[in-house]
Amino acid sequence: MSILAYNGGCVVAMRGKDCVAIATDHRFGIQAQTISTDFKKVFHIGPRMFLGLTGLQTDILTVRDRLMFRKNLYETRENREMCPKPFSAMMSSFLYEHRFGPYFIEPVVAGLDPKTMEPFICNMDLIGCPNAPDDFVVAGTCAEQLYGMCETLWKPDLEPDQLFEVIAQSIVNAFDRDAMSGWGATVYIIEKDKITERTLKTRMD
Amino acid sequence: MDLDNARELPRAGFNFDNCKRNATLLNRGFKPPITTKTGTTIVGIIYKDGVILGADTRATEGPIVSDKNCAKIHYLAKNIYCCGAGTAADTEMTTDLISSQLELHRLQTDREVRVVAANTMLKQMLFRYQGHISAALVLGGVDKTGPHIYSIHPHGSSDKLPYATMGSGSLAAMTVFESRWKPDLSEEEGKKLVRDADPTGVFNDLGSGSNIDLCVIRKGSVEYLRNYELANKKGKRQLDYRFKTGTSTVLHTNIKDLLVTERVQAVPMEIS
Repeated sequence: MSILAYNGGCVVAMRGKDCVAIATDHRFGIQAQTISTDFKKVFHIGPRMFLGLTGLQTDILTVRDRLMFRKNLYETRENREMCPKPFSAMMSSFLYEHRFGPYFIEPVVAGLDPKTMEPFICNMDLIGCPNAPDDFVVAGTCAEQLYGMCETLWKPDLEPDQLFEVIAQSIVNAFDRDAMSGWGATVYIIEKDKITERTLKTRMD
Repeated sequence: MDLDNARELPRAGFNFDNCKRNATLLNRGFKPPITTKTGTTIVGIIYKDGVILGADTRATEGPIVSDKNCAKIHYLAKNIYCCGAGTAADTEMTTDLISSQLELHRLQTDREVRVVAANTMLKQMLFRYQGHISAALVLGGVDKTGPHIYSIHPHGSSDKLPYATMGSGSLAAMTVFESRWKPDLSEEEGKKLVRDADPTGVFNDLGSGSNIDLCVIRKGSVEYLRNYELANKKGKRQLDYRFKTGTSTVLHTNIKDLLVTERVQAVPMEIS
């Protein structure tokens, strides 16, 4: 078994029309044993920026703390908000620093650029190879199922309420076919003027 | 935690803190995770007035296509570009690093950098890491000594060639060059040759796929043709899935209003 699948979990992010969505499951387990069902792998790290981390639990928390430290240092030094693009670049170089002793995580960034309000999504492998497409990004133990769901359901220029349905159906149906993730899901829709957080009703097995 | 972090400011270079822990985990039978690879068909040729580089646009994670349209032709300097195959992060970061070193070199010497300098920097860096940085590169550029193509292997060896291929599709692409390349090709003939060589990799090698990127470097000008050929167009979807609002059952909703306010205020200015 890959160490990335030790704790289970998944994250997906999608671009919509002037909005982005990011969704996470709630499971934290140790291999087949579920420990907790309220661990969200998505962190609100800026007014319109979210960071999702899947993989080994200990590294999720360590990487989050280390990235927040670097982000806060940047914001203090520059006296401005960090945009999603430079944040991703920073994360990429942080992960590549650990090229020969990596953190076992797969990150996803979703957000709106604070100036232009341009949607931005990005994911990386565990050593920081960035990938910023214009449709969707996935990470976690059910990445393959998520690729299939997103590839069929996603289409360009989805409005926020349609984007919510698409991402919710994608993640719920993907993790129903994965034993390592599930146990509830949360979807965040990020728009210019508001962030909507919805907790989904899902199977709990 | 933040305080602990603050004591150790990020240092330059690689960090080996996790190596021992990771080795222990691997010894306990956990498989090492897969990194993103660019299976890749990358090619480069010399033609009459310069060089042409070509690349496919697929990135893979094991058998999964992780990026259908990634850019594998990297910028090194105004007159030098470089195609990368191997571990995607390695090719990306290696070319970025050498690119900034070349720019500093250019500023220090006040001359256009030569392709041979880029080749030396890349191979010396790769040799230093003894093949652990798995970047296989096709380097191409034009300088005052003419057009040059180099192919650089992950362990730090390099060849100076009139036409080169790298990556998992290199054998397929090389067959086309071996049968059709000749000295002093025109630009049109050169582009056609690269355009024909690269899809042989795309269609016959599983590690390569999607579209074809080209980069034509002449003396004094560069033409980066991103998605020069869309070799694999996705069919048009006849119908689509549309969910009625309320399909997914929601337990809680929490709306955070970001309170966007905009106020324009006229500031009186002194006008003489």
